[in-house]
This record gives sequence, structure tokens and C-alpha cells, in this order.
Amino acid sequence: MSVEQSHASAEVAARVERRWTIVAVIIIVMMALLAAFAGIHRATMPQPRVETIDPSRIHLSGEFVESNLGSVLEANGTVTVRAIGQQYSFTPACIVVPADTPITLRATSADVVHGILIQGTNVNTMLVPGYVSEQLMRFTKTGDYLMPCQEFCSFGHEGMWGKVKVIDKADFASRAKGGGRLSCVGQ
Amino acid sequence: MLVNRKLILAHFWFAFAVFGVALTLGAWQMFIRSPIGTWLSNPELYYRSLTAHGTVMGYVFPTLVAMGFGYAISESALEQRLVGVRWAWAGFWLIVAGSIMAVIPIALGRASVLYTFYPPLIGNVFYYLGVVLVVVGSWIWVALMSINLRVWRKAHPGAPVPLAMFANVAGSYLWAWTAVGAALELLLQIIPVAAGLKNTIDAGLARIFFSWTLHAIVYFWLMPTYIAYYTIVPRAIGGRVYSDSMARISFILFLVVAMPIGMHHTFADPQVGAGFKFIHSAFTALVALPTLLTVFTICASVEIAARLRGGRGLFGWVRALPWDNPMMLALAFSFVMLGFGGAGGLINMSYQLDASIHNTQWITGHFHLIFGGAIVIMYFAIAYDLWPHLTGRELIDIRLIRTQLWLWFVGMVVTTFPWHWVGILGMPRRMAYFDFGDPAIAPQALSVTLSAIGGFILLTSGILFLVILARGMRAPQTEAGPYRFSLAVHQPVTVPVALNTHALWVALMIALTITNYGYPILNLALSEGTSVPAVYVGAQ
Ligand SMILES: [Cu+2]
Repeated sequence: MSVEQSHASAEVAARVERRWTIVAVIIIVMMALLAAFAGIHRATMPQPRVETIDPSRIHLSGEFVESNLGSVLEANGTVTVRAIGQQYSFTPACIVVPADTPITLRATSADVVHGILIQGTNVNTMLVPGYVSEQLMRFTKTGDYLMPCQEFCSFGHEGMWGKVKVIDKADFASRAKGGGRLSCVGQ
Repeated sequence: MLVNRKLILAHFWFAFAVFGVALTLGAWQMFIRSPIGTWLSNPELYYRSLTAHGTVMGYVFPTLVAMGFGYAISESALEQRLVGVRWAWAGFWLIVAGSIMAVIPIALGRASVLYTFYPPLIGNVFYYLGVVLVVVGSWIWVALMSINLRVWRKAHPGAPVPLAMFANVAGSYLWAWTAVGAALELLLQIIPVAAGLKNTIDAGLARIFFSWTLHAIVYFWLMPTYIAYYTIVPRAIGGRVYSDSMARISFILFLVVAMPIGMHHTFADPQVGAGFKFIHSAFTALVALPTLLTVFTICASVEIAARLRGGRGLFGWVRALPWDNPMMLALAFSFVMLGFGGAGGLINMSYQLDASIHNTQWITGHFHLIFGGAIVIMYFAIAYDLWPHLTGRELIDIRLIRTQLWLWFVGMVVTTFPWHWVGILGMPRRMAYFDFGDPAIAPQALSVTLSAIGGFILLTSGILFLVILARGMRAPQTEAGPYRFSLAVHQPVTVPVALNTHALWVALMIALTITNYGYPILNLALSEGTSVPAVYVGAQ
């Protein structure tokens, strides 16, 4: 191979390399832009605010006392669900919510790290003791959904399964008439 | 010329021995959680096993491979006797001692916290101290790699550092800084609580410290694999490295951007706001760059080998590749698994898509495909390639080696693809068993069974690997000659200072980590009342 040839081949190599690098950079910029677009439009968004809470006192006072857990229909027509995870169950063990309604899930842990995952949906959040998790959700189909704990929380982790019951909007409204907190219990 | 063969062999043998044990545990775990093996009445044993499997596969095995390979690179690429051999042995024995110290409480069921150790669940203090010893042992290696390169530079002022050593030292610096996150979590938070000096801990802060380590550690595992792609494969199949500088750029990019991205593991966590999570997501996208560059450079390097062997046409050269060469096979399998694993990774890193699969079996599938698949198969290839130089004996079981690699590839696909599928269905990870009698879970039984079968294919492959290496210790003697690395098409005569030294990139790595982690960590550390009571494993 002559010196000129080797010089020419080096140039070809550099050109091909440059092209590939440009393609790679474009792919990555596109990914970041897509994420930004979807994030700004709140397709799903990680929780923006950080709220702290003392897990040793949640049973005594504040929004996570036993009587305040479950679903509640707010004045503006939305629904708020409050739940606690502890070794090895969720309270309430079964959550009832209406379809086609904006729902805010607020949950925390009473002991170790747990996770809430509603199968067949994008609802998926960690419960870290000391912090409140908040997630927006909306169900389009009625039916029963399984809600396992998705983070290892010690030896009983595999038994920690909750349930979500999505019922008709009108049904839910009539059940919520008397005020108070709803769960599947007593249905 | 490899002088300290015993040192290197000790690292590899200990690595592969513990790998064999952890692999057996893994196969057992998949069996007992599948519908074919639901006889286990005590799920606690499952979590002991899972903790041991994760701790060995995550911390001990890849660290020892990187260290052994690193010493071999240092000696053969620099053509210089290893400086600090005694220290190297001290590091090795620290890791052995640390591994034993960690495994005893695991076996006793006193440390079933999994290798991710997320407080306030706290295990026995000796488990954590053992992990610390492993890390300290590996830091000795980091220092030795740096010192050896410095000695060489003094003797060869201005000369281009051999690519293998340049990459090896980059990998060691990456590890040194990566391990700091978990080290801070262990030393500042967990160990005082595990030792009983304190009884509260900030679980949110601990998760952020751990995320610092948890993602970048994958790139540390990846380093030996990438070094093999660039500096072993082209030589072994009769080709050349397409571009020496592209290789250096890839390793530098890993050093800089692999670090400050770990918070993508905490997208669903309540203790950090959305802003920093988004920054980490965008940086994670950037890590695709060195891999995309590598895919290009390695495919081009392989094409050179094919064309030298008479391959023609736009794609016809693929047929001309030496497919019966184990190194070629390993590379192809590794690339296929890296492709699928990487595509899954892009979904995990997405700010939004993550919610669909966060903490499901998908994640297990993803990282087994990347680590167990793409990475470990190249560890096999590295061992096969180095073995004759370490033992002075030829590896003659070429057909068996090919079978072993095929089994690993098939086993990994059969194990991980069903996991991805049930992950999308919402199957949570880390569960000792499932109630397949529940009609809502029953449809997942087939996938879980398939994974268990994959686990046994992997175990067979792993056993075969150990057998091949052991047989290699008593094969006929041979003169393997000096251990060589691939040459580039255009061997560098001079290299720009930026591509020949690490200082600038290490500074950038540290600066980026501080900007991406500094505020969230300070914010959490300074906020009052976020510490919660510790929950000790086994204390009821
Ligand atoms: Cu749980």
C-alpha cells in the first residue's frame, strides 16, 4: 500500500466515522426532546413535590389516620385515594374508585420501603417511609385490578397483594353520597 | 509477557468459583418460584439465596474479573513487570475475607436485605462490613493500575498509552468514583445503625446514595467486555481495530457520562423532585453514545477481518467471518444481547415509559440480558483467550467451548425474554412465590416456567465453562508466546494529550456528579425529621 493510498483510506474512514457520529447524536437528541415533550405534557410525570411525614405518628393524627384511608369524592368531582403500606399489607387492602374520573393517589409507608403497582396500568410508585407519594391516575375500564407490592419489604413480601376495584362513575357517586371514606369492604 | 500468572489466576479462579455457586442459587430460585417447583414452604430461604446471588454476581464476581484482567493488561500491554505485587495480593485477600464475612450472615438468614440494601430494612453489621472490605480490596487495584501507568509514562515520555491500558485505567477510575455512593451510604448511614449506635435512618437519602453506585456499576462491569471488543476480538479473528481514537473517545465518554445518571432508578420515588430526575434521564440518553460508537467501530473492525479473508459485497462479507472461532461467536452473541438489552434500557431510562415497567420482572430481564448476557459471555471469552498464557497449556476443547457459548446464549434468551413479557403484564420482582391458582396470575405461569428452564440451560453452560477451564489446567504444555492486543488500522504514532491522559475526564466526571447529585443530597441531608426507625431483619 502506497503512502497516498493509505492517506486516502484514512480520509474515507474519517468521513464514515463522522457520519455515524452525527447519526448517533441525532438519535440521542431526539430521545431527549421526546422525553421533554411528553414530560411537559404530563403523559406521566414523576412526582414534582417532596412532602415529608413522620411514619411513627401517621396512625395518630393527620391525613393518614385509619378513618381517613380509602377513597373520597372531592367537591370538585375528583377523587382522592389515601393508602398506607406496611409489612405485609396495604390499608385499605382493596381500593374502590370510579371510572373516567381524575384520581389522586396519596400513599406512604409505615415501616420499610414498599411499592404500589396496579397491574395493567401505568400506576407505579414507591412508598418510602418518611415521605408521601402522590400519583395522578385515571381508569377507563371498570373491573378488578391486582395491586402487588413491587419492592422487597422482607420475608412476607410475596404475600403483599392489594386490589383495586374500578366501578361505574354513577355507582361510585351514589355510594359516596353519605360522605366518608370508601373501600371495597361492606359491598 | 505475563509474569504474575499466579496472581491473575487466583483472581479468575476465585471469581469463577463464586460465580458457579451464585449461578446454582439463581437456577434454584427460578425453579422454586415456578409452577414446577412450588414445594418450598419457607420463602425466607428464597430471600437468603437472592441476597447471596445478587451480592456475589454484583460485587464480587465482576470486580475480581476486572482486577485479574486489569493486572494481565498492565503487564502485557505495558510490557512491564507489575509494580506493587504485594499490595495486589493484599487486595485479593481482602476481597476473599470480605466475601466470607458477608456470606456467613446471609447464610444464617441475618442479612436478607438483597444486594441493593435499601434501609430502613437493616441486616447484620458483618454483611455490610464484608461488602466494605470487598470494595477496599478493589480500591487497592485502582491505585495499582494508576501507579503502573505512571511508572510506564515516566519511562516512555509522550508515547501513546496502549489502548488496552488506557481503557483499563479509565475503568478503574470509573469504579473508584462509582463505589463512593454506596460507601457513603454504608459508612455514614447503614453501618452505625446496623452496629446499634443509632436506630433511625433517612431511607430516602440512602436510596439516592445507592443510586449513585447502582447504575454506574453496570458500566464498570461493562469495561472488561468493551476492552475485549476493542483489543482482543479483532486480533483473535484476524482483523484490525477500525479506529484507535474512536475507541479512546468511547472509553472517555463512559468515564464522563456513566456516573451522574443513577437517579433514573428513582423516577418513582417521592424524595426527589421531578427536575433532577429529568436531568438524569437526559444524561442517561447520552450514555447510548459510546455504545453506538462502539457498535460501529467493532462492526467495521470485524468487516476488515472478513474482507481480508476474501469476503465481498455489501453484506456478503458476513459469511466470510470465522464463525467457528469462539471469539467470533462470543462477540456475535454479546452484540445481539446488548442490542435487546440496550433497547430495553432506553425504555427504562425514559422519564415516562419507566412507569409501565418500574420494579417489575422486566427490570430483572433487562439487567440479566445486559450483565448476565452481553457482559458475562465476554468474560468467558476473555478467560478462554488468556488461559493458555496463564497456564502455559493449550485449550483444546474448541468444540466444547462453542457448545458452552451457544448454551449460554440460548439460556439467557429463554430466561430473560419471558421475564420482559410478564414484566409488561405487571408481575412484581423479588417475590419468593406466586399464587398461580389465582386466575389473574395463572396466565403468567408459562412464562415463569420457561424462565426456570432457561435457568437450567445457563447452569449447564456455567458448569461446562468451569470444566473447560479445569481441563485446561492439565492439557499438554505449549508456548503461548507473549500476550498481544489488536492493532489498529492506523496505529497511533502520536495521540492528542486529551486522548492519552485521564485527568481532564476524571475532573469532568467528578464535576458532573457534583452538579447532578450535590443539591439533592444536600437538600435531603439538611431536611429535618426525615429519619425513620430502623427495621432489623429477623427481629420480630
Ligand atoms: Cu411491601
